[in-house]
Amino acid sequence: MSTPPQAALLEEQIDQWRSYLRRRQAIHSVDVAELEDHLREQVEGLVAAGLATDEAFLVAVKRMGALDDLSREFAREHSERLWKQLIVVPTDASEPQTARTDTLVAFSLAVCAAAMVKAPSLFGIHLDDPNEAFYLHNVPLFILPFLAGYFAWKRRLDVGILRGLAVVFVVAAVFANVYPWAQAADLKSQGQLFGSTEALSVLHVPMALWFAVGIAYAGARWRQVAGRMDFIRFSGELFIYYVLIALGGGVFTGFTLMIFEAIGINAQPFVQSWLIPCGAAGAVIVASWLVEAKQSVIENMAPVLTRIFTPLFAVMLVTFLGAMLWTGRGVGIKREVLIGFDLLLAMVLALLLYSISARDPRKAPGGFDVVLVVVVIAALLADAVALWAIAARISEFGFSPNRVAALGENVILLVNLAWSAVLYIRFLRRRGSFSDLELWQTGYLPVYAAWAAMVVIVFPPLFRYL
Amino acid sequence: MEINKDLIAASSTPIVLAILAEKDSYGYAILKRVKELSGGRMEWTDGMLYPVLHRLERLGHVEARWEAADTGRRRKYYQITPGGRNQLADERRQWQAVDATLHGIWGSLSLSIPADGGLIPQGA
Repeated sequence: MSTPPQAALLEEQIDQWRSYLRRRQAIHSVDVAELEDHLREQVEGLVAAGLATDEAFLVAVKRMGALDDLSREFAREHSERLWKQLIVVPTDASEPQTARTDTLVAFSLAVCAAAMVKAPSLFGIHLDDPNEAFYLHNVPLFILPFLAGYFAWKRRLDVGILRGLAVVFVVAAVFANVYPWAQAADLKSQGQLFGSTEALSVLHVPMALWFAVGIAYAGARWRQVAGRMDFIRFSGELFIYYVLIALGGGVFTGFTLMIFEAIGINAQPFVQSWLIPCGAAGAVIVASWLVEAKQSVIENMAPVLTRIFTPLFAVMLVTFLGAMLWTGRGVGIKREVLIGFDLLLAMVLALLLYSISARDPRKAPGGFDVVLVVVVIAALLADAVALWAIAARISEFGFSPNRVAALGENVILLVNLAWSAVLYIRFLRRRGSFSDLELWQTGYLPVYAAWAAMVVIVFPPLFRYL
Repeated sequence: MEINKDLIAASSTPIVLAILAEKDSYGYAILKRVKELSGGRMEWTDGMLYPVLHRLERLGHVEARWEAADTGRRRKYYQITPGGRNQLADERRQWQAVDATLHGIWGSLSLSIPADGGLIPQGA
């Protein structure tokens, strides 16, 4: 029989064999256990017949069949396994209990967020009151703390970070609500519902708070490139999942309205003041939980979309530049043009980010990298033309809060993309590494947060609460 | 003697079901029994048995359960179901028909083609 060192060696060999099997998608861990039992019995039989342990192992593995063939046979029988399924409660994971608790916590927090959205109704502040800006200012504060709380629970954040997060949310709540915004009555006369700085605050509070969520998400890794990159990946996937859930929600709402209509009950009030607001709030948490649960199971979608749209954007932008040169048309100066170009830069940044997020940094530059650089440079050129046209006439337009905000955002994105282009070209010419680009992008994240915070905190007093 | 893959695949269902009809068993023991019954002539690649067992399980012909074996390891045992017995009876009829047909034709060919693969006489 085998002596102890031989037995240890056998265990090691079986471990290795098991880990090879585990890598096969079609072979689940229960199957591996079944096959392992077989292998062990085969080895025992062969050893009893007089073979040395290591010989017996080799023979047993050989008799088991080539790994590829075996994997193919399993795949033929279990073809569903090749479609990576999101198993919400894993059947064979080592910690099914944790997964269930996780689900429970996520859904409880989703219900809390949904309840928070309705809570102000108890105090007479109604969602559907068109004169009431309370909701616009506070909706992110009803939802995002629960999302941050989910990650705080999940990542077991330490007290220091928790305290920091709490301070951020409190500060946001204060600045979202204390400013004496221009009164609705004054604005109504000008045909506006809200003042510019108020509207800017409404837009920028969620942007700033999203970075607080990022800190909760990355936990102790929020200073590291990898932690921040994971948060970028998470944000992209969350967006896609949220859109999918929203589509489903739309279908559900439609059916709700239709079947109650059939028996003469108007479900409209319920749908409007309960179903949609609570669903939209809870879905943020549920979508986040889904992204977390599926991250290792399903291919990320954001990079796939990026792959599809980057070449299209390249063609569109190059054609645009060509057409501008050919026809000699300048960029028309209208109010919305600058915002349009901001969005274009943000879009290009997203293409860049989600390409980076899915790229193996060690891989040599390829054709797709060139396309990406073309997109970035074309967008920079187009934006430069727009900025030039606007700068020339900015004194004429005056510095309104909207224009300053749009201009500031444009500059921030421009700087980011310009330096990204430089780094990317260096990488293409093999003068730099891809990780420089990652480092630049993740290091730049606080700039967006700081800008959003500034728009919320500094702009209103600066522009006298216009 | 090598038996071709199609034949092994086709015969695996009745063989496995028949062995399980004798008594509940598990992968390794089933393979041992196959070897025994065929006198070592049927060599299955060990791993390939498991997808077959899983297919039978999916079709409801067998049921599986995990049990602690006498070695202390957990082992997956398979048990034939009533549906599996019906399937086995059905397969048996089919194989008997094939067997009878071949038997008939072997008899009439026995003069010209020896079963041990000797030379085929000219003009056969």
